[in-house]
Amino acid sequence: MDQDITGEIPHLVLSEDGNYYLQGGHNEASGKYVFPLMGGDKEFFEPVQLKREGTVWSFTVQRFRPKTPPYAGPDDFIPYLVAYVDLPGQLKVEARLVDIEEEKVEIGLPVELTVIPDINGSPGSVMHAFRPLEKSAA
Amino acid sequence: MTDVGIIGVGIHPFGRTEGRSGIDMGIYAVREALSDCSLNWEDVQFAYGGSDASGNADTMVKQLGLSGVQFVNVKNGCATGGSALYAVASTIKAGEYDIGLAVGFDKHPRGAFNPLPEEWGLPDWYGAQGYMLTTQFFAMKIKRYMHDFNISDLSLGRISEKSFANAEHAEHAWRRDPVSLAEIMESPMVNDPLRKYMFCSPAEGGVALILASEKKAREIGAPFIKLDAAIMRTRPQGSFEVFAPSIDNDIDGSATRLASQAAFDLAGIGPEDFDLAQLQDTDAGTEIIHMAENGLCADGEQEQWLAEGKTLLNGQLPINTDGGCIACGEPIGASGLRQVYENVVQLRGQAGARQVQNDPRVAYSHVYGAPGVSAVTILRK
Repeated sequence: MDQDITGEIPHLVLSEDGNYYLQGGHNEASGKYVFPLMGGDKEFFEPVQLKREGTVWSFTVQRFRPKTPPYAGPDDFIPYLVAYVDLPGQLKVEARLVDIEEEKVEIGLPVELTVIPDINGSPGSVMHAFRPLEKSAA
Repeated sequence: MTDVGIIGVGIHPFGRTEGRSGIDMGIYAVREALSDCSLNWEDVQFAYGGSDASGNADTMVKQLGLSGVQFVNVKNGCATGGSALYAVASTIKAGEYDIGLAVGFDKHPRGAFNPLPEEWGLPDWYGAQGYMLTTQFFAMKIKRYMHDFNISDLSLGRISEKSFANAEHAEHAWRRDPVSLAEIMESPMVNDPLRKYMFCSPAEGGVALILASEKKAREIGAPFIKLDAAIMRTRPQGSFEVFAPSIDNDIDGSATRLASQAAFDLAGIGPEDFDLAQLQDTDAGTEIIHMAENGLCADGEQEQWLAEGKTLLNGQLPINTDGGCIACGEPIGASGLRQVYENVVQLRGQAGARQVQNDPRVAYSHVYGAPGVSAVTILRK
């Protein structure tokens, strides 16, 4: 059998409409979602684009620099917001929260997927995050 | 099946001991436990033991004596001690041996643990981008819990205040200076809503327990604290566990709920019968959550319990009477057995200035850790 059970399927994909999506897995029979979709999950889950909008389910501020390894960020540390974002009907994903002051974050805040420069600073590469949902002017 | 219980306990002080290895702390604890019940190493018929990061327990026979004893190593994460205890108890209950040893020890470097993603089946980016931190997980878990059940920040502080106050009277504890509620509430934020004085730290220590059948205990005239239940469980579908890049929409159940319920069923008693309890307190928030997950109170009742001091040493149900992980630190392999040690000392009435005042008959202990394991015990005098 030709199956790669170790590799990760890309978790952040640029779709043809020009938007980034988080890619998870979905099992139609059980209705269950997973994120990220790992090689070992492929037997049970079909790749699926996760919703781009959700609400903050819980959050914290990471105030100390994580140890390296595994952390790949710069030595100069700036605290960052982390949240579980509830994607309705799918699952909750863990992600950075950006473009908001920490005092303004609250459970239930509507947010949308965005991308920010990758932690390791490699030019052009990005990582996922969520930001407050822009109120549509239309 | 024969009844099994604990006849000897020994502990190497928790915290930091320069120049002493983890396994030497285990050996120290074994000698203390043997001395506690006036037995020699040669009297021990079999042993289960382990550490998470400090080597193989069975190598301690070199120092304790090459008696040829059967000695099985256990490596089960935060449930290492609980799993060793389960194995010893089950063997004695089955009638195979009369006297056995459960031992756990560890020595961790300073600072937060730094597990690597590939060891946990996770992609590299999860660690690289700064998500792979237990403190972050526990902070988000309690943040949501406080939102759902109206728990105040002050309740978090009250947990820590109690831990340090109790530890002042526990010789084996690490941080034994009382810290005022004001100081706790003003200490630096680490992972909101959890502050510096609300976390336990990785540490060092060792604990040994000598178990025997009731018949054997009578024969040798050792004090017998009956082990009504020793249970270990892994996580069910839908639980919310550490190192989770995502969680199911329907959060339901936990390793703790499974383990505690199984213990209640086995012992035929429940939380209303407990006179004291030792609960996993990786941080102040987890003690609050675990009060409910173990069925000691309903979700949300913690706010009132803590305001009324119900879990203080002189309260209705004292919790973490030696200061728990917050004051003792957490050497993974030894932590669960420390709780059992403390319960034995309390049930014997030998806890000195930290002795609970309700003439305890039944004591409960509970550990929880990555990747969603829990081990609980019920002891009865």
